[in-house]
Amino acid sequence: MTLSITRDPEAPAEARQPGSRVELRSIVKEFAGGIRGLDGIDLVIEPGEFVALLGPSGCGKTTALRVLAGLEGATSGTVLIDDKDVSGLPARRRDIGMVFQSYSLFPHMTVLANVEFGLRMRKVAGDERRLRAGDALEMVGLGGFGGRYAHELSGGQQQRVALARALVTEPRVLLLDEPLSALDARVRVQLRDEIRRIQQDFGITTLFVTHDQEEALAVADRVAVMRAGNIEQIGSPEELYSRAKTPFVAEFVGLSNRLRAVASSGSAELCGVRLPLIDPATPDGDVIVFVRPEDIRFAAQGVPVEVVSTSFLGSYRRTAVALDDGTVISVQHPAGFVPTPDERLHIEFDPAPVTAKGWES
Amino acid sequence: MTRTETARTDTAGTHTARTDTARPTRPIDDVHPGPSRRTRWIIVGILGLLFLVPIAAMVEFTLRKGLGGGYDVSRWIAVFTGGLSAAENKPIFTGLGNSLLLAVVTVVVMLVLLVPTMVLVRIRFPQLQRVLEFVCLLPITIPAIVLVVGLAPVYSVVARMFGSGVWTLAFAYGVIVLPYAYRSIQTNLVAVDVVTLSEAARSLGAGWLTILFRVVVPNIRRGLLAASFISVAVVLGEYTIAALLNRVNLQTALVVVSKADPFIAIIFALLALVFAFVLLIAIGRIGGAPRTSKPSRKKATA
Repeated sequence: MTLSITRDPEAPAEARQPGSRVELRSIVKEFAGGIRGLDGIDLVIEPGEFVALLGPSGCGKTTALRVLAGLEGATSGTVLIDDKDVSGLPARRRDIGMVFQSYSLFPHMTVLANVEFGLRMRKVAGDERRLRAGDALEMVGLGGFGGRYAHELSGGQQQRVALARALVTEPRVLLLDEPLSALDARVRVQLRDEIRRIQQDFGITTLFVTHDQEEALAVADRVAVMRAGNIEQIGSPEELYSRAKTPFVAEFVGLSNRLRAVASSGSAELCGVRLPLIDPATPDGDVIVFVRPEDIRFAAQGVPVEVVSTSFLGSYRRTAVALDDGTVISVQHPAGFVPTPDERLHIEFDPAPVTAKGWES
Repeated sequence: MTRTETARTDTAGTHTARTDTARPTRPIDDVHPGPSRRTRWIIVGILGLLFLVPIAAMVEFTLRKGLGGGYDVSRWIAVFTGGLSAAENKPIFTGLGNSLLLAVVTVVVMLVLLVPTMVLVRIRFPQLQRVLEFVCLLPITIPAIVLVVGLAPVYSVVARMFGSGVWTLAFAYGVIVLPYAYRSIQTNLVAVDVVTLSEAARSLGAGWLTILFRVVVPNIRRGLLAASFISVAVVLGEYTIAALLNRVNLQTALVVVSKADPFIAIIFALLALVFAFVLLIAIGRIGGAPRTSKPSRKKATA
């Protein structure tokens, strides 16, 4: 797709370059009562990169985004954009576009006026303003909707307008604060792909906050998993999924079975099978390992199990089976094989590296 | 089949099965959480009677000819054709003029002081919300006579600074309208989610004044109108403070006139009531309906 948004010829050269480098350096955010929302996080987003902050509610991901946007001040630490310290700049001077979860379109303005708002604040002349706002609306597929008001649009349409409004000023960074959470499933997937397409077309550095792992894995170049104000792990979606460094990441990203095992010399033994550990430095002894359901398969020989229940999930099936010690685990397998409850079967573990944690942790 | 099985999720989120006998179920739209339509009409009727009977009695009183019996509209005609005596005319129109001036100044004082304060507290200092609410609701708990006792020494200072013009009463009226104005504006501020709107505006490059006048105020116009109209109504009906601070407004003028001609005083009291009704109806009409556009034929993809 060819983007037709014209660039502001008056803007300084650096402001016209999409894809700024963003760095959060040792950011601490303390709320009233000494509660730490952010506990010294470090995060670097390379120019044009799409990074997702993923984590459960209250982990600090939105706080991190708000600190970057300038909507919240950090207790300590530095926010750098293109290696310049912007920590002291107010939100309106950071040149950051933001899309909120609750649409946040100005209800008293038409769609066009909403999109024009940022340009108006930058004192862009009327003709150019209207042209650029119209182009931005075309970009999000709402070319004919400029005269409407927010309440006359669906949720998906409103969020597209919010996206156009955030991008029309050609900001250095785009921040997306759970922009898809309020939408229904189909629109969510559609808009998610559209956001990714537009982000790639613009090459704009983007930080996307979500608690939905599927969303994060689907669109981001890198995903940072947050927990209790810290970044637990940051990496590509594939890396996070297949080489989770911590038990929290293993459990939070995707589905994992927790199994008792004995670690020794960089591998773990469970049910008579040895599996390599992702962290070879794991101390020897009793551990819990996290095994993906797709890394377990039914076989003619192996660990005996009894089928508990089975669920059809479209292209595959997930079956809960009980080991002899009563532990129930999930096995993911082709939908064509339909186990029946109480059936006695055998399973095998793929020798994929697994995450482990000690008993006491 | 005479029985149907229904499954439902209870409030705790557990899945339970329930067996019901088959019978026509009421559509959800028919289920009213409140009283029935008849009950509501009865309540409205009783309240309407309580409200209308005194007004009807006032109207009847103004139409009486005198002790001889009979009715005419001569006094109403005199009011509208300028047929009142100077003794009646002067105090009433002086009082009316003063009250209208006071209403305007009070609304200005209220809007200038209260709106930015409330918006700032809502957006920037939410921890002060309870304090502000307490302060704003306080005047409703203090009888006007007590307020005047406190205001009297304050007004000796006010008189030295601004003179003793009747408009200075607007400072006191600005205090007594606070509870009503606060409630009207607060309801609107909460409904519109000005916090997110202001954050969106800030991220787009807007400063605080722009946010106030171009984002917040247009979205709370209904609350502002309601606060203004209620303030006008309160000022037009205020008697105690004006009387005890020796100022003339509509209500004190009506008391003066009623001693000479109670019929004319009642007519003006009725007119003030009508004016207040008009204001209240205007609150419901102006700024109520959301703006709409002409429908576009073009369809979006989501």
